Amino acid sequence: MLDQIVFYFFAALAVGSAIQVVTRRNVVQCAIFLVTSLLATAGIFLQLHAEFLFIVQVILYAGGIMVLFVFVIMLINLDVSLHQLQFNRQWWLGLVLALVLGAELTIAIAVGRSGLPLGEAAPASALEPSTQLVGRVLFGEYMLPFEIASILLLVAMIGAVVMAKKKV
Amino acid sequence: MIPTSHYLFLSLALFTIGVIGVVTRRNVIVILMSIELILNAVNINLVAFSRLVGSAEGHAFAIFIITDAAAEAAVGLGIIIAYFRNRETLLGDEMDLMKW
Repeated sequence: MLDQIVFYFFAALAVGSAIQVVTRRNVVQCAIFLVTSLLATAGIFLQLHAEFLFIVQVILYAGGIMVLFVFVIMLINLDVSLHQLQFNRQWWLGLVLALVLGAELTIAIAVGRSGLPLGEAAPASALEPSTQLVGRVLFGEYMLPFEIASILLLVAMIGAVVMAKKKV
Repeated sequence: MIPTSHYLFLSLALFTIGVIGVVTRRNVIVILMSIELILNAVNINLVAFSRLVGSAEGHAFAIFIITDAAAEAAVGLGIIIAYFRNRETLLGDEMDLMKW
């Protein structure tokens, strides 16, 4: 019962603030609602017994990426864009196509739900010391992708510094 | 007990909202934020299936996706700053320098 309350609360929070991200005029408000949505997702991770991912989500998204976004918003003068048109000229076409895509996926899940055993989840004890399990998977089977991810981060760091420099 | 399909529907809703943001908004920063929403929706799927199967591999993939999102946000925002310095605009539909 408590499980369900927690899940539906965080799900409603995530979806509601995601809608606000897409529709708000002020970019700073968009960023705040993005934080809310990401933190609600972190709550859903906690409800799914993924404690390590919960912490990573809070630190990396709410702490790292959001600071980056707010910093860029601060660097760029946004007063002009407040009074401009917020949506494309063909926004209705994009909206219709995106909604068609969403409806298609909804039908796919609704139809496939009966074919796949999507109902019962594994007992919570199967993933109990979650951090330990994630570490074993990351440093065992997925060691090479893990190292490649570190190279990706290095490249991204160099790229970001070069991009934001005044004179290359 | 919450059925796994409810997680899929939540992820689907977040994904669709993200796609709507990418397709309809003009401001490039908001487009980047919508991409973050999309990546986040994928993470919910991975973790829900990981719970269903009872293994931690989905968690590992979610960590890779978070890494990717961080790298993408850093480089994307760097590009936005560089572009804004040169062209004084943040609107996606005005970035048509390479359009013939």
